[in-house]
Amino acid sequence: MSDMDEMEDGSGIVKKFMFLNRKAPHGTVYALEGLEVVLITAAFDQDVSMVFTDDGVYQLMKGIDSKGIEVKDFSKTYRALDGYDIEKLYVDQASMDARGLTEDDLIVDVTVLAVDEMANLMAEQDVVISF
Amino acid sequence: MLHIVNKSATDRGSLESCLRMATKGSAVLLIEDAVYAATTGNTAAAKIQAAAADLKIYALGPDLAARGMAGRVLDGVNVVDYGGFVDLVAEHSNCQSWL
Repeated sequence: MSDMDEMEDGSGIVKKFMFLNRKAPHGTVYALEGLEVVLITAAFDQDVSMVFTDDGVYQLMKGIDSKGIEVKDFSKTYRALDGYDIEKLYVDQASMDARGLTEDDLIVDVTVLAVDEMANLMAEQDVVISF
Repeated sequence: MLHIVNKSATDRGSLESCLRMATKGSAVLLIEDAVYAATTGNTAAAKIQAAAADLKIYALGPDLAARGMAGRVLDGVNVVDYGGFVDLVAEHSNCQSWL
């Protein structure tokens, strides 16, 4: 198949997509919107990495109970990502440390990366989408 | 005076701005993403604990729970519900929201 054919039907082209999450879950709509876009992207069979840095690590907290603020608790949706073949979840070590968090505090299994590892991961992406 | 902060101290500078301006005996109420500052291990925890010597520090319970932080509140921080929020506004002659 020629490059032109591939471009026309889109099949066979797999790009590396990073979804970079930097916001806490409820104070803004970014976290929920980012999660929705990731779920949509899963339908396109791309190489997706989901990254949580800065306040974004708070999105993965266990024990969220949002009834009191009458907002949907979407934290359990992160557990469903596996079912959409989104298995590359990364968190930034320094962001965890600055917030007193460890992997045990998080609702899903993640890979914790040092800053240079995270920087390299970001640099090797075709597309980075930030929320 | 009642100061209300709603932004995360690890994302914005509004808590710092607030603590700089809050005079002795004032109350500071942390709501929404600002509640993270009142939790153990957060880099802002030391600032909150130092401020608690001169200020009354409150955090909104439903916002803590919604963030999985209900069990991590710093000593010296008073957790209030929405009724307590209303009481704080009523008790103080004026208030400033650090948006």
